[in-house]
This record gives sequence, structure tokens and C-alpha cells, in this order.
Amino acid sequence: METATIAPPIKSEEYFINMGPQHPATHGVLRLLLTLDGEIIKKVEPDLGYIHRSIEKMCERNSYQQIIHLTDRLDYLSSHINNEAVCLAVEAALGVEVPERVKVVRTILDELIRISSHCLWWGVMGMDLGALTSYFYAFRDREMINDIFEETCGARLTMNYNVPGGLMHDIHPNFVARTREFLAHFKTKLPEYDRLLTDNVIFQKRTKGVGVLSRQDAIAFGASGPVGRASGYSCDVRVHHPYSALPKVTFKEALRTEGDSFARYQVRIQEMWESVAIIEQLIDAIPEGPHQVATDAVIKLPKGEFYQKVETARGELGVFIISTGTKNPYRLKFRSPGFSNLSLLNHIAVGGKIGDLVATMATLDLVIPDIDR
Amino acid sequence: MLTSSLLFIPSLHDFLFSLLPPGLAKGAEMVLVGIIYLTIFAVAGLFLVLLERKVAARFQLRLGPNRVGYGGSMQTLADALKLLSKELTGTVRADKFLFNLAPYFVIITALMALAVLPFSQSMQVFDINIGLFFLIALSSVGVIGILLAGWGSNNKYAMIGAMRSGVQTISYELSVGLSLVTMVLLAGSLQLSQIVEVQKSGWLIVQGHIPALIAFMIFMIAGTAETNRAPFDLVEAESELGAGFHTEYSGMKFAYFFLAEFINMFIIAAIAVIVFFGAWLSPFGITESLPWLGVFWFLGKTFLVVLLMMWFRWTFPRLRVDQLLTLEWKYLLPLNLANLVLMAVTVWLNLTIQF
Amino acid sequence: MSYFTEIYHGVKTLLTGMRVTGRYFITSGKSAITQQYPDNRASLKMFDRFRGEVVMLHDENNEHSCTGCQKCELACPNGSIEIIWDRGVDPETGKKKKFIDKHIYHLGMCTQCGLCVQACPSNAIVWAQKFRKTRSTTEPS
Repeated sequence: METATIAPPIKSEEYFINMGPQHPATHGVLRLLLTLDGEIIKKVEPDLGYIHRSIEKMCERNSYQQIIHLTDRLDYLSSHINNEAVCLAVEAALGVEVPERVKVVRTILDELIRISSHCLWWGVMGMDLGALTSYFYAFRDREMINDIFEETCGARLTMNYNVPGGLMHDIHPNFVARTREFLAHFKTKLPEYDRLLTDNVIFQKRTKGVGVLSRQDAIAFGASGPVGRASGYSCDVRVHHPYSALPKVTFKEALRTEGDSFARYQVRIQEMWESVAIIEQLIDAIPEGPHQVATDAVIKLPKGEFYQKVETARGELGVFIISTGTKNPYRLKFRSPGFSNLSLLNHIAVGGKIGDLVATMATLDLVIPDIDR
Repeated sequence: MLTSSLLFIPSLHDFLFSLLPPGLAKGAEMVLVGIIYLTIFAVAGLFLVLLERKVAARFQLRLGPNRVGYGGSMQTLADALKLLSKELTGTVRADKFLFNLAPYFVIITALMALAVLPFSQSMQVFDINIGLFFLIALSSVGVIGILLAGWGSNNKYAMIGAMRSGVQTISYELSVGLSLVTMVLLAGSLQLSQIVEVQKSGWLIVQGHIPALIAFMIFMIAGTAETNRAPFDLVEAESELGAGFHTEYSGMKFAYFFLAEFINMFIIAAIAVIVFFGAWLSPFGITESLPWLGVFWFLGKTFLVVLLMMWFRWTFPRLRVDQLLTLEWKYLLPLNLANLVLMAVTVWLNLTIQF
Repeated sequence: MSYFTEIYHGVKTLLTGMRVTGRYFITSGKSAITQQYPDNRASLKMFDRFRGEVVMLHDENNEHSCTGCQKCELACPNGSIEIIWDRGVDPETGKKKKFIDKHIYHLGMCTQCGLCVQACPSNAIVWAQKFRKTRSTTEPS
């Protein structure tokens, strides 16, 4: 029996708000079209392309040596790993075996830049949630990594240190000492990160149960990197398809099953520890040898298709080259981790509040040039 | 009956009344006091902004402003001058009247609250017998300015910020009020000069020991929320709403909001000092023979409480809007009510510590 | 009871966080991590591999070792290097030889990738550590 006395629910109107392309939480020029009901998010529509530079097209007119420096500009926080992806693809296509020294140095630098990227993410994550001090503590530690890169590679972010067949120069004489110094420093600072943010009750309340991504959805959306691993999807390329010196080292893949923002946070913190462990295994025994094997001045890849994937700080980066046997690739496609990770934003952010969206965005750790290319 | 009187600097009072007919002298005194308080407002605001920047820099391993003046001491003055010279912008379909009115609402409530603060024994403009109640009432008027700013701007970000502020201030007023009521139980008066008088036999935080300490903690949390400062700065949550309610304000109007925020912080700290730490009373009465030193004791203690609030701001992440309300209604309010009973029992059984 | 343990743990973690920042507040007086850039210009030295800009080395006789082979021009992905060359007769051997007329480096197009310096067979171009490409009108160049 129906009662006629129940008052109709108060009608609220959905409204629309533009988050970005210039907004502090979108970390670059990403535009999110939010449909809101009060504070609650009904729909998130990412609008891309504000810094599209057609890097893939530019690769088609460049030689294989020249392509590498363009990959610096994809995910500029893991530029060395991007460089390595192209180099590994080209080396595999040419059938070149790089010296052991090169492999070890490449892996050390990979892990260093992974720590650097996660440091930046940690600082910015704190800032997104309103704890501004974390940013400066993270940058203090990141500065040391940048100095290592600047001394050895000549640049702090876009280092372009890999060349097909090895490294551009040999490592700097100070490299090992500086890296050891950094590791000693960083191991004392990581627990501090935990004390400042991880354990903080406000931080945990802000991130736990926010933006939950199930394992099934993670696989369906092609999530990779810490985003996928936080949902229990074991997707670390370093474990499943080890490259360079990674077969020689032992490390644990950071896995969580909760799939929320806090799990993604924990995965990245654990990855920093794992990266420290990997560097420690390699830094004491960098094999002697040449830093490069000679390749032709004009590299011509054999006709065919080549694919190489690596694990960047954000997830799985794939480089797919179609060669017709000339000195330029016929087509080069990057499978960037940020793009797939962004695609699931609408799926996990709906139903949360604006504050939740910021926390979710922060833990997805998007780098917009990686998405737009 | 109100015992309102202009106690501010008695010699000045006598001088004016000897020189001018009473009506004119009263008017001249009012104008003079008004100008003095406006100056205090501006200087304190600028100093607090500079202090905040310097303190933040130390927390963050930076140096802070150090270019303008000695060690950057003139930085905020230069910023204020810059803001003065900037164009006042607005949005097209904004409610111009409310848009322009809002900053004055915020700034006038802050100024009014300054009037009742006892800086020292003789330096208090308006010793009203419901002083504490007056302060609590004023703190709720300030939010109207923020709501008007949000509504008048015709900007969704500003509107969300303003609505958050409304929710936040209305909730946290309860805690501010109740924690002060707890202390009023102990002090036995709402008049600020009386509250200070009571503390001559021990500061209230010592007199009231456990319940007073709980009341102080609750007051600090709620007071920080009341002033819209981090970790409760949802109103202008930078990473969520850009600049929140003052997104569309520029130039001096923006500066009014900015200064008012810092003055409000000063007021909350000053209330904490008055109610918990004996206002201008020196610890153990060491400078009792020099009453004019009271100003320094008052400002010194206020400075320490302000430092505590800055420490909060530069350490904690921001709460989400629903967690903000949960904290208030599920934690602070029940604790506060229990604390009120505890304090009543303490006073009833005469368990207070008095020297 | 869990209500109170929750409050206790919450307050404890907050105080732990405050201890971290508080310690830095007390100790960070001298250990600020920022560089006072324009003031430390005299003491600021970049690492020797730092890629500031490409310069052509000149010895004491103001001569360079560039042969005009154009390898750097070819290696450059952005066309930042332009070489204007001419053919002439080598006065020593009497044979025809390529002579470099002008080596133009467009800093605006350069991405500091380092491929040209790698490609140079005669070490004629190197990286300079100069990173400051502007100057105020009040200071001497």
C-alpha cells in the first residue's frame, strides 16, 4: 500500500565544471570535464591533446639514433628508461649484444630514475592532499639523483644517454661514490616519508577506500605499473620479461590487493625500497669493459616488425617499430602507460568527492606529455 | 547593563577631555582609537604574513623571502603595495554589489573582534561584560562575507568553496563555543577582564588541569577550522578549487581576504591566550610591578600559539569535506560535551589547582 | 572502546608527523637546500659533462679543427647546425678540398641531445657549460 504523504526528494541539479587545462591538480595541461552533483562526481571526461607534439610522426623522419632523444620527451620523469626501450628494440633487431658493463649501468640508472620519479610523485601527492612540506623533502632527495645524472649524462632530465649499442660515454669516475652516498642518505630518509605522510591518520582517511580498482578492471583497462600492481595484477615487466641486467638481480615485485589509492601509494613506496635493493646489488660490481659496441653510422633495421617493452616508473612502455629496411622506421608506435591509466579514471572516480578525485589523480601519477605524445 | 568604556590609554582619555567639550572629545577619541586599531590591523596582518612565509620556509628547508629589506622584512609591505596598484577585476555576470561588499564583511568582523581583546590591563577598547560571547558571535558573522564572495563571483569554484566554508564554520562554531563554555565554567565570567583577573591565581589551563587541557586541544582544532586554515582549508583548497572563494578577486580586495585570514588566526590565538594562558599576566607574576610589560607577554604568548597553528598547517594533509564533518560531529562534539560535564564536576568538587 | 583507541592512534600519528617537521624547523637554519642563484654565480660550477651549448674550440692561433665534413649537421635531429662550405684548393697538396666557410649553431632549435658532439670525427665541437643565455641590460656582457 502506498502512502501519499512522503514528500518528494529535494531536486538537485547536476552541473558541469572544467578542471584544467590549467589546474594545480592535473599536473600539466590535462582538461577534465567534471559533471558534479554538489560535491559528488557523476562523470569524468578527460580531454587530451593540449601538448600533442606528434612525436610518433617525428620519429618516422628521424634516424634511429635521433629517435632516442625524442623519447626523453614522452614521460620526462623516466626518460632514461624510455631511451632504453628504443635502444633495446633496435639492438634486438640488429642482433647486437651489448657489453655487460652497459647492461649493469643501464639498470642502475633505470632504478635511479625510478626512485627520482617516485620521489617527485610522493612530494606532489602530499601537495595535492594539502601537505605542502612533503614536496620539499622529496625534492631534496631527488636533487641528489639529478646531480648523479648531470655528472654522468650531462643533463638532469632529458639525458639522452643511451645510444644503440651502448652508452654515449663511459660513466663518470664519481658515479659509484655518488650513488653510494645517495643510497645511504635515502635509506635514512624513506622512513621519514612514512612518518610524515604514510602513517598520518588524515592521509590514510583521504586515501583508503578511495578510487578502488578491481583486478579484473585493471586488466580490462590495460592498467600497468603501480596502478595495476596495487590491484593485485602482477604486471611488472622487470619480473616477467627481464631486460638488461635485471636477470642477475633479485627483488620482490610490490603487490597489493586492495586496489585503492592507499594501495597504489604503498606500492610506490615499496618500489623505492626495491629499487634501492637492486642498485645495491649492482653498484659494487660494475663489470669492466667497453661502454659501447660499434654500430654502423647509418643504422638500417632489417625489414620487419619489432616490439620491446620495459617498465617505466608509470608502467609498461612498449615500442613497436615497423621497418621497411630503410634508415627510418616506417611506423613507430609507443604504448604509453599513462594513456591506459588515465582511461580508467572515470571508472574509479565516479561516486567520490572532488577531494577523492584529486587523491585518485595523484596516485595514478599521470605525466601528461606521456599521454599526449 | 553594559560597562562599555574606552579604557584605551587613560592619559590620552584625560588629555582629550581636558582639551575639548565632552561630546567632541568622545568623538575625537573614537576616531583616534579607530585609526590606531586600523594600524594594528595592517601591521599585524603584514607581520603575520611575513612570519608565515618565514616559518614555512624553515619547515621546508628553504630560506623564505630575503630580498626586500633586511632579511626580507619589507617583503609583505612590497607585496601589499603591489596589490594596491593592481586593477580590480570582476566577472561579467557577477552580482556587483555583493561582490564588492564581501571583503568588507570579512575585514570588519575581524576588526570588531580586535576591539575586545585585552592587550594589557589598560589597553582594551571595549570591555563588554559578555566579551567571550561577543567574540564567538562575531566569528560567525565573518562567514557571511565568504558566502557573499562565493555567490557574488558567479564562479562555480568560488561557490563550492563558499558552501564548504558555510558548512565548516557552522559546525565548528559549536566546538569553539563549547570549549570556551567549559572554561567559562571555571572562570565564572564572560567578561574578558574578569577572566584575566581570575587567572592571577594560576592560568586557567593549570587551574583546570585535565579538562582544561582537553578543552584547549579541542579549541585549537576547532579554531584552526574556524579560520579556514590547513588542514581545514577546504574553502580555498588549492589543489581542488584553485583559490576557492576568492578566485575572482584581485588587487586590494583580495588582500583584504588575505589579511583578514591572518588577523582571524591572530584572534583565535589571542582568545586561546586570554582563556587558557592568562592573557597579559606574566608567568608566576615575575613582572607584576611593570604593568605595561603586559602587552609583550600577551603578544609573546599569542605568537607561540600562532606558531603552533603554522606548525599544523605545514605538516598535515587536508581533510575531505565529509571527514571534516565527521571529525566535528562524531569526535569533537561528544568529547566536548563529556568534557563540559567533567569540568563541571571538577569545579563542583573544587578539584581545581590554585596557587 | 575502539572509538578511543582510534582517537589515540590518530593523535599519535599526527604528533609523529609534527615531530618530523618540527625537527627540521629547529635544525634547518643553516641547512637550507635552496641555492641563492644569482648570488652564487661566481662559485657555481657546472659538471664538466653538462650540456649548455655547442661551441667550436679555437686554439691560441684562433684556429679550429673543423674540416667541414657535415657529420654534425647530418646527426642533428632538429637542424640546429648549418654548415656553409665551399670547395677550394689546398695550398699544401694542391688538391681540391672541402673548406668550411661558416658553422652556424641555432641555439633556439637545439635540444641538447649531444649527437653532434658524438658524431664529430675531429673533436672540433664540444659542449660548453654556459647555461645562462640571457643577460640584464644593466650588467656588462
